[in-house]
Amino acid sequence: MSRTPLRLRVEPITCHAHGICRELLPELIRLDEWGYPVLDDHPVPAALLAPARVAVRSCPSLALRLDRMA
Amino acid sequence: MGQSLWFASRGTGLVTALLLTATTVLGAIHAGRVTSARWPRFTLHAVHRNLSLLTLVFLAVHVASAIIDPYAGIAWLDVVVPFVSTYHPFWLGMGAVAFDLILAVVVTSLLRRRIGLWWWRAVHLSAYALWPVAMLHGVGIGGADTRLGWVLALYLACAAAVLVAVVRRLLVRDPDRDARRRAWTS
Ligand code: HEM
Ligand code: HEM
Repeated sequence: MSRTPLRLRVEPITCHAHGICRELLPELIRLDEWGYPVLDDHPVPAALLAPARVAVRSCPSLALRLDRMA
Repeated sequence: MGQSLWFASRGTGLVTALLLTATTVLGAIHAGRVTSARWPRFTLHAVHRNLSLLTLVFLAVHVASAIIDPYAGIAWLDVVVPFVSTYHPFWLGMGAVAFDLILAVVVTSLLRRRIGLWWWRAVHLSAYALWPVAMLHGVGIGGADTRLGWVLALYLACAAAVLVAVVRRLLVRDPDRDARRRAWTS
């Protein structure tokens, strides 16, 4: 597998503010006052890739993605 | 082997009904956004998913033992095609409908990322039909068993649990739902 840096993105329309991603990945995800995730643009550190994938898989509305950085 | 297969089928039928109830309740609670420090949402999600898989395991034993037992003469086809069996065609047919629905719900869930959210949700909501159909099958086909006090108590407890969970799910409010409602009406 190539080592392209990955970053978390959220699809604002499909996100329903369940907040599960925050429970699973508090290191990278914080919630705004309405419960929607706020992400930064940094690549996901290698040590957090596994929990990041779990968070992506667990999103009830499939709004969270891990994207290759351009 | 005598009657042991028949008893196995009845026992696993009741366990399947119990597990299906628990899965449905947890699904509704999940969608109704209950949270607490001891039950974070992701645990709820994982337990919901794993319980549904456990339900399938017991369902498989329930179905297999009912068929392998020669007494009622149930065919493999009766498991998936409703209302064609010679034995209690209507009540067994309800079981077959429940079987088809549960397979659809679980398979679409496991392929959720592949098929997209809209289709997954459309199929997943049929869980609210699946549950009563499965319970009716059990109540109707159970015959004398259904009139046993503890079996009746079990069904009533299941019905109460699902009712409470569904009512809660319909009444609950959360910031996202409020925001969407405002966007719709303005
Ligand atoms: C026996 C099988 C299953 C039954 C009967 C069942 C039932 C339900 C029910 C009744 C709901 C509430 C839906 C709503 O009111 O919006 C729900 C939600 C949900 N189920 Fe299942 N489910 C089953 C299997 C699965 C599996 C295998 C998964 C695996 C990923 C899954 C994932 C979910 C998710 C993520 C939600 C929450 C949706 C939300 O919060 O918006 N379910 N389920
Ligand atoms: C989700 C699906 C299902 C659930 C929850 C379920 C549950 C039950 C329950 C609770 C009973 C009554 C046990 C008793 O009171 O002694 C029962 C009986 C039975 N079920 Fe199912 N069942 C399901 C699917 C099926 C399917 C697909 C078949 C097809 C072969 C089937 C065949 C039977 C038979 C033959 C009996 C026993 C009838 C008798 O003793 O007279 N079930 N089931």
